[in-house]
Amino acid sequence: MAEPVLTIEHLTKKYDGQHVLSDVSLQVHKGEVIVIVGPSGSGKSTLLRCINALEEIQSGEIRLGDRQISAGAKDLPEIRQKIGMVFQSYELFPHLTVMNNILLAPTKAQHRAKEEVKTEAMTLLTRVGLADKADSYPRQLSGGQKQRAAIVRALCMHPEILLFDEVTAALDPEMVREVLEVILQLADQKKTMLIVTHEMQFARAVADRIILLDEGKIQDDTTPEEFFEHPKTDLARRFLQSFEYARTNRTIPQ
Amino acid sequence: MDWEYVEKILPLYGKAAVLTVRIGVLGIFFAILVGLLCSVVRQMKIPVLKQLASVYIELSRNTPLLVQLFFIYYGLPKIGIRTDPETCGVAGLAFLGGSYMAEAFRSGLEAVGRIQHESALSLGLTGLQTFRYVILPQAFAISFPGITANVIFLLKETSVFSAISLMDLMFTAKDQIGLYYKTTECLALLVVFYLVILLPVSLLGSLIERRLRHAEFGT
Amino acid sequence: MQSLGLEVLFKGKNFARLLGGLWAALKISLISIAISMVLGILLGILVGRKNRIAGAVMRCYLEFIHIMPQMVLLFLVFFGTAKAFGWNLSGEVSSIIVFSLWGTAEMSDLVRGAVTSIPVIQHESAMALGLSRVQVYRYVILPQAIRRLIPQSINLITRMIKTTSLVLMIGVVEILKVAQQIIEANRKSSPNAAFGVYLTVFLLYFLLCWPVSLLAKRLEKRWG
Repeated sequence: MAEPVLTIEHLTKKYDGQHVLSDVSLQVHKGEVIVIVGPSGSGKSTLLRCINALEEIQSGEIRLGDRQISAGAKDLPEIRQKIGMVFQSYELFPHLTVMNNILLAPTKAQHRAKEEVKTEAMTLLTRVGLADKADSYPRQLSGGQKQRAAIVRALCMHPEILLFDEVTAALDPEMVREVLEVILQLADQKKTMLIVTHEMQFARAVADRIILLDEGKIQDDTTPEEFFEHPKTDLARRFLQSFEYARTNRTIPQ
Repeated sequence: MDWEYVEKILPLYGKAAVLTVRIGVLGIFFAILVGLLCSVVRQMKIPVLKQLASVYIELSRNTPLLVQLFFIYYGLPKIGIRTDPETCGVAGLAFLGGSYMAEAFRSGLEAVGRIQHESALSLGLTGLQTFRYVILPQAFAISFPGITANVIFLLKETSVFSAISLMDLMFTAKDQIGLYYKTTECLALLVVFYLVILLPVSLLGSLIERRLRHAEFGT
Repeated sequence: MQSLGLEVLFKGKNFARLLGGLWAALKISLISIAISMVLGILLGILVGRKNRIAGAVMRCYLEFIHIMPQMVLLFLVFFGTAKAFGWNLSGEVSSIIVFSLWGTAEMSDLVRGAVTSIPVIQHESAMALGLSRVQVYRYVILPQAIRRLIPQSINLITRMIKTTSLVLMIGVVEILKVAQQIIEANRKSSPNAAFGVYLTVFLLYFLLCWPVSLLAKRLEKRWG
């Protein structure tokens, strides 16, 4: 198999002496969509933040291609340009219009021609249904619109891998769908993605591989069919049951 | 440093400090009253009074205390309102401070969301109970840093009282410098006395602030 | 209007003199404001960044300036430097020094507050896009911080204009002093001049500061 896009080896991350991630190893290949699931507090978001060197790690190694990623390194901005990240709270820059949010990094960090990026941005905005919002400010958009704009902002950097950190967790239910559909589109285009989510239906639909994280360790790494139909471990069964329970509970009143 | 001289004038400074603190405390007390009054009037949107409160707040915030004092002390007697220097000092401080306090209260009241108000009412609390048990405690915790800052600001502002011939710390210092040219001693004492007055207030303020935040929001 | 003493102002050049007094005070504020803005911004961004000792010294300076009444600072510079260094600073120079020291301290606090008020995750999302540290500041943090900073620094300007009235106390001839002189000179003909003249001084300060405050409030609302 070809060289993986992202390699994580024996990653350990501690907060105040507490293990948040311990001995996590993972390879992501080109075009692969990996969904990370697990109970809250299991270290899913921390893992994504480590990949972008927003957290310092205590031991282990993270590589993009053959380049090591470490907090404080000189070439960090350059590596980060190749990693797209979308946050739960969108984090559009409130003082810039949607278009200028998108243009900022490609023109300032990658020094690409503004007109070229603008054309590309417009195409992408159209594809996610935001063509008419290019000149709006973030505060004028709904949560779902902000999140789609944030995805376009990440895409315009032509990243080698995209990280999604619970991108629908802050959204109203009716807006969740519009964002997830955009991500499904990206999967169809064979983008390499690492997705943290609580939306199990979506995980099943989009993932090539499902990773179950609990207490900072990878407990399961398998195909969605295996994971959802024939969960191997007790933990996976219990985790899935917590969703079942929620669903049956919800259907009782009907 | 001429310690003998320092010892000699210490009682003078002490007396002046007591005067400063007395006027300061009284002035701040009335400033808080005026401030509360204004914010209630504005919060309840009482016509005429609401506009009057706004005019007062703008006038008070956009003029220096020294000018306010000159007007109260030298100007008002000409239309028959005569005050002694101490009353004038208290009145001036209350006039200046009232608007600052009103703004501090307002920011607190505004920060407590409409939904808190509604949820309290929906529990069956009366309007007054809602204000007393739900809005006020939260608003006070939010306003507190602003109120402390105002208290310190107003205590510092008392330093202009010597302009209306109140024998406060500044007056004493200037007087003594003029009399004996012991500049170093006089200035050092001035700084020490103001520190003794202001530092505890500042420290206490940040201490209570931390407590309040803990009690109200558990963080 | 005899009884209110406003007529004095229309006698001779009295009103113009009063305005001249206001300008004398305003000049001191404007010079101090200019100095404070520049030094305050530099200090606010740099303070205590790398050097621990420099940071500690800065904190002491800021705390002292914050807690001391400006009147005391004026006395320290006006009377203190004469004694300590034999300098005979004029009231004007002393007050420019004091108001610059004070304004710089206030301004640097505002700058630091504005920069730290931008949530950490905004830093992170900008870094995640691959912007360099300087670019993160230049394009993301500072433009947001400035929107918070501008209304606050305009407020500081009105505070500095108001505070300059204190220079009366160290013998600078400004508007209150001119007012005193006018009242004194017309004591016989207009015994009530104190009311009208001090009311005028009060209103002049108000007319000077109020529009500036309104501007600050408007900007705050627009960018808030």
